[in-house]
Amino acid sequence: MSDTETAAQQQWAFHGGLALPGHKQISTTAGVQNLPLPEQLIIPRQQHIGKPAEPCVSAGEHVLKGQVIAHANDYVCTPIHASSSGNIVSIGKQHVAHPSGLKGTCIVIDTDGKDEWIKLEPTGYEDMNPSHLRNLIREAGIVGMGGAGFPTFIKLNPGIKENIDTLILNGAECEPYISCDDMLMRDRPDEIIAGMRIMRHALQAKHCIIGIEDNKPEACKSLYDALGDATDITITRIRSHYPSGSEKQTIKILTGKEIPTQGLPLDIGVVCHNVATAMAVYRAIELGEPLISRVVTVTGSAVARPGNVNALIGTPISNLLDFTGVDYGNLSRVIIGGPMMGFLLQNRRSPVTRVVNCLLTYSHDEIKPSQPPVLPCIRCGECARVCPVSLLPQQMYWYARARDFDKVQEYNLFDCIECGCCDHVCPSNIPLVQYYRFAKTSISEQEQDRRKADVARDRHDFRLQRLERDKRDRENKRKKKLDALKKSKGDGMDAKQKAIQDALARISKKKAAQNTQPGNISNLTTQQHQLIQEVEKRRARLDPFDPNKKSDHQNENNQ
Amino acid sequence: MATNIDSSPPLTPKTSVSGVMLQVIYALVPGVLAYIWFFGWGVVFNILFAVITALVTEIIMLRLRHRAIMPFITDGSAIVTAILLALALPPVTPWWVIFIGIGFAMVFGKHLFGGLGYNPFNPAMLGYAVLLISFPIEMTVWPLPDMLNETPLGFLDSLIFMFSGNLPQGLSLDGITSATVLDTVKTELGRNLMLSEIYTKPIFGTLGGKGWEWINIGFLAGGAWLIYRRIISWHIPLAVLGGLFIIALLFYIFGAGGLPSPIFHVFSGAAILGAFFIATDPVTASTTLRGQLYFGAGIGILTYIIRTWGGYPDGIAFAVLLMNMAAPTIDYYTKPRVFGHSPDNSDRDDADE
Amino acid sequence: MIAAIVILTALALIFGLMLGFAAVRYRVEDNPVIEQIDAILPQTQCGQCGYPGCSPYAKAIVSGEADINQCPPGGQAGVDALSKLLGIESKPLSNEYGVAQEEKLVAVINEELCIGCTLCIQACPVDAILGASKQMHTVILDECTGCELCLPPCPVECIDMVLLDRNIGNWKWPCPDDAADNIDNIGDDQASTASVSTSA
Repeated sequence: MSDTETAAQQQWAFHGGLALPGHKQISTTAGVQNLPLPEQLIIPRQQHIGKPAEPCVSAGEHVLKGQVIAHANDYVCTPIHASSSGNIVSIGKQHVAHPSGLKGTCIVIDTDGKDEWIKLEPTGYEDMNPSHLRNLIREAGIVGMGGAGFPTFIKLNPGIKENIDTLILNGAECEPYISCDDMLMRDRPDEIIAGMRIMRHALQAKHCIIGIEDNKPEACKSLYDALGDATDITITRIRSHYPSGSEKQTIKILTGKEIPTQGLPLDIGVVCHNVATAMAVYRAIELGEPLISRVVTVTGSAVARPGNVNALIGTPISNLLDFTGVDYGNLSRVIIGGPMMGFLLQNRRSPVTRVVNCLLTYSHDEIKPSQPPVLPCIRCGECARVCPVSLLPQQMYWYARARDFDKVQEYNLFDCIECGCCDHVCPSNIPLVQYYRFAKTSISEQEQDRRKADVARDRHDFRLQRLERDKRDRENKRKKKLDALKKSKGDGMDAKQKAIQDALARISKKKAAQNTQPGNISNLTTQQHQLIQEVEKRRARLDPFDPNKKSDHQNENNQ
Repeated sequence: MATNIDSSPPLTPKTSVSGVMLQVIYALVPGVLAYIWFFGWGVVFNILFAVITALVTEIIMLRLRHRAIMPFITDGSAIVTAILLALALPPVTPWWVIFIGIGFAMVFGKHLFGGLGYNPFNPAMLGYAVLLISFPIEMTVWPLPDMLNETPLGFLDSLIFMFSGNLPQGLSLDGITSATVLDTVKTELGRNLMLSEIYTKPIFGTLGGKGWEWINIGFLAGGAWLIYRRIISWHIPLAVLGGLFIIALLFYIFGAGGLPSPIFHVFSGAAILGAFFIATDPVTASTTLRGQLYFGAGIGILTYIIRTWGGYPDGIAFAVLLMNMAAPTIDYYTKPRVFGHSPDNSDRDDADE
Repeated sequence: MIAAIVILTALALIFGLMLGFAAVRYRVEDNPVIEQIDAILPQTQCGQCGYPGCSPYAKAIVSGEADINQCPPGGQAGVDALSKLLGIESKPLSNEYGVAQEEKLVAVINEELCIGCTLCIQACPVDAILGASKQMHTVILDECTGCELCLPPCPVECIDMVLLDRNIGNWKWPCPDDAADNIDNIGDDQASTASVSTSA
């Protein structure tokens, strides 16, 4: 079956990359298992690239499964849904899976065990306007599930030119150990293909290709079988060569086109989505279900029963570890994502989010020998040889270390995809990617500072102008008054004298009013009078506008 | 900090600096064995003394610079430098020559620049150049290969000569040494002798100097193994030898037999050792693949120029040092095209410069 | 003789005209150096340099009145950038004018204590404090430059400078050089521990 099709589909190679051991069979022996409903769900408001969603529920409120609990209030943002029914316990800072180990705002739900859905409204898509379709996909909270988490509805917008040549579904899953997409393609091929057809409708794309690394023959076969005689989608096996699943590389392999630097796939008429995203789109449109769960691979040497589990978004990671029988005594560390691009999990209560695709565990004996000292760069150039974007990692490393951020950008730092190939081959064990991440975040911080400085300059200039204007206004007013005064001098009665007399009259009237004693104190004892005086004193001390108070304060300072 | 904020943890045990250096040492074995076979114990003592001096110097320098000693002493780079310098020395070299050479290489060639990875010049070749300029006599008396030598120095004799300068009774340095083939060709051509006459001298073999052919084949085999193991890429060795071969071929053809053949050039002197083991020193070579071709070709051509018209019989050391200087510039102009950039790398982000 | 003078005068005229034309035609719209300096300065408007704001300080630098190392908020990086722009040698930040802060600070008003005197509002150089007379005041954190000019006028000392909160949005990857297990940070006294990991 495949011979003719694979032959027909031309493929292009990319520079560098690595042939890595897959380690996938560890977690593919059993099918996807459903995780039992956790007692508590911790749902972060930031699970995508862009602005965090704004919580729209409050503590104590009861929510149903699939109910929106945080609104999208920006374009690059998606709403967040409750993954199960229950009561909102709190909205506040919780540990989240992020390399910084910092806390993020989460909505915590105590589940009620009923798992009660809101009313689902399947729509179908054939007669739907693509714009409306994208809106539904946004409302379902769908983001790229391969790891980046970019809102999918934006990537389903064909742009102004509306000229999408190829829609690619990325089933490469090139990083070792991870197998959640593989299992999805084996178990749910129909949903993936249906999701792809919805995506094609939204984009009005001409061609559809699913790219799968050739180390997943079962997934390939299952998709072929699901496709049957249909010819609208091509399934292509690509060479297992890390990082073939990176968007830039996948597109290059399948179309021969390169995404221009700082550009989008859209610029070359290609759009690329992950297979799990396609499935989420299918479920959102055909079943009306928002994105509230995902498949996570739990693997590595510290797990007794490695495999893939279907977990609700917000499930604490410790639940997944327990479920797969982690030996905590031997667990050295948990990596979120794969061994090449993943990061260290710092708190096991952190929840599963839409972008957590793999939990990779390392046992103690595995970690110890792999911490050799970092030696100076010997300029061997191996990093440049494996770089899939043909950068010069070594030069970038020198300049990043020297904090010469202009120079490091001249070496195209921002084209780096952080795949970790250079790290992997470095004989001196230099954490190259971390240097690039350091440089990238430093540069964006600098840019932010510059923007802030510009705002401050504008505000300062405006303030100076305002002060200037106020001064002018006061001057004008004074002049006007003077003029008026001069004019009125001609009228027999002196206006100035009159004003003074009026003011004096007002003051004396006021004084008279103040001098009036309260009528009810005339027949009080001296003791009572003393008490009243003390109270008056205390009141004077407390009153900040009393002139005595101010002098007190100054005295304090002088002392 | 780095232990709790990990980017990309290691997947499998991988090549290390010491692993690279160790394989380079393995690859030198066939050539060194051939060298010992033809030139006797002097070679062994040179290497041993050089390695010991290098390690001691390294430890002293690391102490002075307050650096961790174990990771650097076990990386093997000092040993490789020492072996390469020792191989460039005549097998009858007094100990103090080696001492000065290694000392200069390690202190001035390496540690004063900041140690491993920071030196712009190949330390071994820097040490060699200093020795060649300072002690031209000691550096150019080469013993005859054992097969031509009626009284080769034995184990003890070599050791005694190395440390005291005394030869066994009845032997003189002139009796057991001669100029190298490159040296001979150069001086004799200068005296207007024909090549055919020069080649009749006993020190000449089929491809280059007698015995040297085999030593060079040994180094060639070792180098090929390094390329096979992907420790070095083929670019620099091929460019060095190719550059040397092509320029020698041109002058051979246009010189109408008046100049030595390209084969002779490739198989004489340190051309093969230099191409596979010295020019490929990653720290001081060009790092881009295209740059490595320019870098290697530059070494080959400069070597030929120095050999033919310069003041020294062999030119590998000076050619390598000159190209070391040019390496950063070559790298700058041979940046590869980055993914998604137009062929001349001059797109949007560079346009405003 | 006369011919020579005429020719030379004519030549001088022609070249003069050409130069004049070129000066107008190819005029470089230069960015006045004051603006370039101002662009480097951090715009805190704090006055620590001795001038009432960043722009006056930039003018003072150009006139030679002030040195380039008087801006503590800009830090050493700022001094270096100025020296690069002006083509003069960099120098260490003068500690006469204050100490450079590692982390950014912002002003926060303790709303329990604030009496609504509006003095801080008048002091703020970037109008980052909101409030009215006898009403509680508050600082717009996004606009606060951390200049500390609002501290001295406050009669009840209710303004504190606090570290800007590090959150996931503005978190920065640390530089591995700063890590304790970096080889450059391991002295020879720790060599034994390093050797253990090598041999392992």
